[in-house]
Amino acid sequence: MTATTSITTGRPADDLPPRRTAGRGIDWGQPFVYLVALVVAAVAIGPVLYVFLGGFRTTADLNADPAGLPDPWTLANWANVLGSERFWGNVLASVILAVGTTAGVVIVGIMAAFVIARYDFRGRQGLYTLFTAGLMFPLTVAALPLTLLLRTLGLHGSYLGVIIPSIAFALPTTIIILVPFLRAIPDELEEAASIDGTSRIGFFWRILLPLSMPGLVTVGVLAFVGSWNGYLLPLLVISTGTLPQELWPLPLGVTQFSTQYSQDTAAVLAYTSLAMIPALAFFLVAERRIVGGLQGAVKG
Amino acid sequence: MTATLQPAGPATAAGPAPTPGRRRPRSSAARQRIEIVLLVGPALILFLGFVILPVILAAVYSLYNLPPAFRWEQLAEPDRFVGLANYQRAFDSPEFVRAIGNNFLILFASLLIQGPLAIGIALLLNRPLRGRTALRLLIFVPYVLAEVIAGLAWKLLLQPEGGVNAMLESLGLGFLQQNWLADPSIALWTLFWILTWKYLGFAIILMLAGLQGVPEELAEAAAIDGASWWQIQRHITIPLLGPTIRIWAFLSMIGALQLFDMVWVTVAPTVRGMATETMATYMVQQGQFAGQPGYGSAIAVILFFISLAVALIYQRLALRRDLAGAVTRGVR
Repeated sequence: MTATTSITTGRPADDLPPRRTAGRGIDWGQPFVYLVALVVAAVAIGPVLYVFLGGFRTTADLNADPAGLPDPWTLANWANVLGSERFWGNVLASVILAVGTTAGVVIVGIMAAFVIARYDFRGRQGLYTLFTAGLMFPLTVAALPLTLLLRTLGLHGSYLGVIIPSIAFALPTTIIILVPFLRAIPDELEEAASIDGTSRIGFFWRILLPLSMPGLVTVGVLAFVGSWNGYLLPLLVISTGTLPQELWPLPLGVTQFSTQYSQDTAAVLAYTSLAMIPALAFFLVAERRIVGGLQGAVKG
Repeated sequence: MTATLQPAGPATAAGPAPTPGRRRPRSSAARQRIEIVLLVGPALILFLGFVILPVILAAVYSLYNLPPAFRWEQLAEPDRFVGLANYQRAFDSPEFVRAIGNNFLILFASLLIQGPLAIGIALLLNRPLRGRTALRLLIFVPYVLAEVIAGLAWKLLLQPEGGVNAMLESLGLGFLQQNWLADPSIALWTLFWILTWKYLGFAIILMLAGLQGVPEELAEAAAIDGASWWQIQRHITIPLLGPTIRIWAFLSMIGALQLFDMVWVTVAPTVRGMATETMATYMVQQGQFAGQPGYGSAIAVILFFISLAVALIYQRLALRRDLAGAVTRGVR
């Protein structure tokens, strides 16, 4: 790589690296690194910016000069999308699915993880292995029979038909994250609570639950993001059902909109950029949690 | 993607723990049993009913020739059971064989191109930089977007009259213009580019996180001994980054084999059939939209075994040290 050679020559071996660079302010000695950083950031953000800016242009303008900037800026596309019931219906559907899935995963997951982590009984090990083995069964493999199963249960085409399987498929990860978390809470706490006359369930409610909040938040964020971005399950369960497209979740709604209005590029760009906003906003709020979760995942 | 990510972490953190519960009086044994059933019951029912059962059903259905939206009784009808014929048909189908090839092409391209690229960029950025937090946020943006929405954005950019071609034109590179997603000879590579855009940031952030765990003292000591920047990276940093690289590679491979959303959304069905079909898109196409649930289920089972084989082989070859006992040994 050219990168490495220029760095090597830029910092000869006899030039010792400073012990602590943090306090030294700007390190202008490495413009190349800044160039790389700039290019990477531009490539990452460029297409997103293009979509956002395109939403402020007219389709005629876009057709005349696809790479230009908005001139003049028009708010019509955004206003149309924001004024449409369809967009808000899509958002509402996504919110229902994500909140339902997250709540389900957190509640069902912590209950099971509590037992696996802190009860002593025969089959505990087997139970844990069973749930972890679930990682080997991706949704893709189960998707077709799942759709048929939901039909039999009368859940096909409904939000519950997406929420319930989403909870089930999020359980392995959830339990794998929560069990070590719950186990790390010292036994002495439980003994003290028991001496004070608290039942085990009382211990769970009053002590364990508050202490395991960080783990629950991590699990919840993962479930929320997974559900919000999910496409395959809604495609199979909802788009083939009877719900009107005004009540489809965003990923389905956006693809549907872009197919229907493929001639009106500006409208599609506006719809797409508005569909991006919730995920971006959520990421800004939960950034620490998401990236922190990643870092936790690779600490070995 | 995010979901598959976690297993590695907590597993390594899960050390031996004291066995709880011995100090309770025997009389509460019945009560404990009730508590266990009530607490684990919901999770167990959901998991068995909606994860394990469908997978078993897929294996059963794959042995039948079934009409779309069939009823259970129809399994008993004569001539429905076809044995392994669906599997035979899958491996005889040029489309499906090509789909497997496409999955593996994306798998190897990800490992060989995205991997070194992410490591290189992470090594360069692993130093005090002005605006490092902002940079990290920006790099991560593509990963946060839904695959479907990112795919649609790129689909618009890559239209013949879209932004990418227009930009090439204005840079005087008009001869490079392509019908990116509609030309079967390049559609797969266009797709790979979009996937790289979407997931490179994730890889870089992961590598940067891994680099935080590499002690600075080692590099300093090596520098004092006269090692060059490149020698330090090559002989100290990259080897110590090993566990992160191996886990990233694992996630990347599983993701490549399960690839669905991006292909389904960005490439038109006709072009997809010719050039960019993956196992998952072929499965959904045949099983759901072409109304052949039996055949689709056979594809699902094949997809499952291919993923499992890749995961096991990789675990044996590379991940063994990192995940020692993570899934196989369990709680203890």
